[in-house]
Formats: sequence, structure tokens, C-alpha cells
Amino acid sequence: MLQGTNLACVRGDRKLFESISFTLEAGGLMLVNGPNGSGKTSLLRILCGLSSPAMGKIIWNGIAIGSLGSEYYLDLTYIGHLSGTKDDLTALENLRISSALCGTKITDMQARDALENMGMGGREFLPAKILSQGQRRRVALARLLVCRTKLWVLDEPLAALDVSAVKLIQKLLEQHLKLGGMIVMTTHQKIDVTAASTVQLQLA
Amino acid sequence: MFLWIVQRDLLLAVRRRSDVLTTLFFFIIVVSLFPLSVGPEMNMLRMMAPGIVWVAALLASMLSLGRLFANDYLDGTLEQMLLSPQSLSVLVLGKALAHWLATGVPLVMMAPVLGIQYDLPTDALFVLTLSLLLGTPVLSLIGAIGAALTLGLRGGGVLVSLLVLPLYIPVLIFGAGAVEAIMAGIDYDAHLSLLGAFLLVSVVFAPWAAAASLRVSME
Repeated sequence: MLQGTNLACVRGDRKLFESISFTLEAGGLMLVNGPNGSGKTSLLRILCGLSSPAMGKIIWNGIAIGSLGSEYYLDLTYIGHLSGTKDDLTALENLRISSALCGTKITDMQARDALENMGMGGREFLPAKILSQGQRRRVALARLLVCRTKLWVLDEPLAALDVSAVKLIQKLLEQHLKLGGMIVMTTHQKIDVTAASTVQLQLA
Repeated sequence: MFLWIVQRDLLLAVRRRSDVLTTLFFFIIVVSLFPLSVGPEMNMLRMMAPGIVWVAALLASMLSLGRLFANDYLDGTLEQMLLSPQSLSVLVLGKALAHWLATGVPLVMMAPVLGIQYDLPTDALFVLTLSLLLGTPVLSLIGAIGAALTLGLRGGGVLVSLLVLPLYIPVLIFGAGAVEAIMAGIDYDAHLSLLGAFLLVSVVFAPWAAAASLRVSME
């Protein structure tokens, strides 16, 4: 269970948001909405522990994430809008290395299957620098297919994706929720994912 | 995990050979220009050699520091490293090791060849190489702290020099000192022991300090 209590975020002397509280149960989906610059990415970064909130705290299974440390990261997958793909590595190397970094070592075969499923079959050995924005995004999102984490925090996962890829991701998200996973995401697109519980969080 | 990082960074270094070669060529050019410019006075060259080789190695190492974390920062890999279940210090140690293997080791291997230009005797060449072998990893490790602190700052390149140069100076003094000692016919063990001590201390503390700086820089 992921809880946020009374969160506030300040950038410079501007208050982005304050007194945000939420509870996300297993199988729950939280959609963070709000206009550009309303602090969606800042909130997600706070959820991951990348930055600390000006006020309030994040609680994972009853324990504040500050005191959980790396135990929390065993349960967390974060995909930000920087996709973390290296220009000089091939799609396959990118996937294998980024998964290993997140604590799931995968074999060559697993990585190829994941890329195939993401519609990147036949392009595994191309360096990421010649891939298009959408294809890079697919490589980054392929990590979701191989990771075994509970909580997914996704910042604009659907940006730059085409219709078929959006469908693919929605199916993937639904599957994860069905297995009792949790998802926190931001998106400006309309998405159609059935979840046990959906929390809408509106940032002003 | 440690090996993954080392392997990945070395792979990236191989794919971007030009970055590594820039550092190496800088070192070679600086060291080779001195004998040409000061003339063929053997005694003077022998006397200057340790200092010049060491200063060049130090500057060459600093030249490549900016890239240590900058690329990972720009493409979001660094965020993923911060969120890795593996301790960040271990990842930083891996990155520093890869940095040393890609930039430090080629310098160490070139040093004896370049030392010949200064008419250094064989035993002095040997000590020069040994002192660089012990000293260059310290440069990478200390440099990692500076690179982590200045991450994402404008003009970070100048700042990183100001931050790490004072910390580099003891390494420079004892590294060059070891070579001068053997040429003066005195015992050089003390210098090398001190370099070894610097190495051990920085292996333990630098990754930890760099990891803490990274967390601050990424906030």
C-alpha cells in the first residue's frame, strides 16, 4: 500500500502544491492530472524518493520511504520522460543494462522476447541513436515487461507512442493491476484501463 | 551489478573512442612538446621529467572528468541508478573504475615510452610507471566527487578544476617525488607507500562522498 500524507512541494519561492494526500491499494491505479507546470513530475519524483517534499511523507507498506532505503527500490520501477536509453548502445543492450540496474538480471532471450512484444522485433541490434522518439520510448517501456516490481511510477508513458503501442501499453498496465500491482502515472491522453480502484489526483 | 556498470561504461568508451583518444593524445602531446621546446640539454630534461609527466597526467585526467556523470545525467540513466536497489556508492565505484580503465590505464602504459624522450634511466621509468599506476586511480576517484558536485551546473568545468585540484596536489607531489627520489639515489618506498595509502583511503571514502553529492545534485 502506498500512502502520501499532506505532501507539499516548493520550487524556489513558488508553491507547486500543498496538502496532497492519497492512499493507493494493491491493484489500484492513480492518475495524476493537471496542466503543464503544475508539479506532476515533481510529485512523481517525490514518490520515488528522488527529491524530498517540503512537507509530508510517503509511506510504503506502513513505513516511511526515507527509512526503507533500498528495500523500497526493490518494489519500484520508475520511467520518467527521459527514457534512460543510451545512444551508443543497441536496443537490446539498453534493455538488458537498464533491467540489470533495476535489480532484474535478464537473459538475452528474455530481452529479445520483450522487445519483440513491444513491436521492436528485427530492430534489436540497431543503436538507439538511429531509432525514432517513439521507438526509444518502446525500448524504455519494454522494461515493464521484464521487471517484477510491484509499484510502477510512469511519467507520461504514452508520449510519442502510436495508436497500436498505446493499446499495447494499456493492456500491459491492466495485466499488472490484475496481478495486484500498483500504478501511478501522469498522462494527457485519455486512457482506458480497468482497475480495482482508480484514484484521480488533480493538481491545480 | 558492479560488473554490469564497469562493463557498460567500457562498452560506451569503446563505442565513443574519440573521447578516450582525446585524453590520451592530450597527454602525449603535452609530454612530447617539452623536450622539443627546452632543447636537448639531458640533465635538465631528466630533472624536469617526473614533474612534467605527472602534471600532464593530472590535467589529462581532469579533462575527462566532465563526462563522468554528465551523459548519464542528460539521458536519465543517473535517475535510474539512484533508484537502483544496489547501493549508489558501489555504482559510483564501478563508474570510477571504468573511468580509470578507459583514461588512466592508457596513460600509465604510454608513460614509459614518453619517459624515454627525457632520457630517464630504466629504474626511473619503472618507478614512474608504478607511481602513475598507484596515483591515477586516486585521480579518478577524487575526480568523481568533483564531477558529482558540479553536475548540471553552468560552468561546471571550471568549478570542477577548482574543487579537485587542491585534492590532486598531494598525489602530484608524492608521485613526482618518488621518481625524483630514485634519480637522486634515495629510497622511494615512502613515496609509493603514501600513494598506496591515498588510494586505499579514496577507494573507501570517495564513492561514498560522490554518491552523497549525486543525491544532492539530483534533487
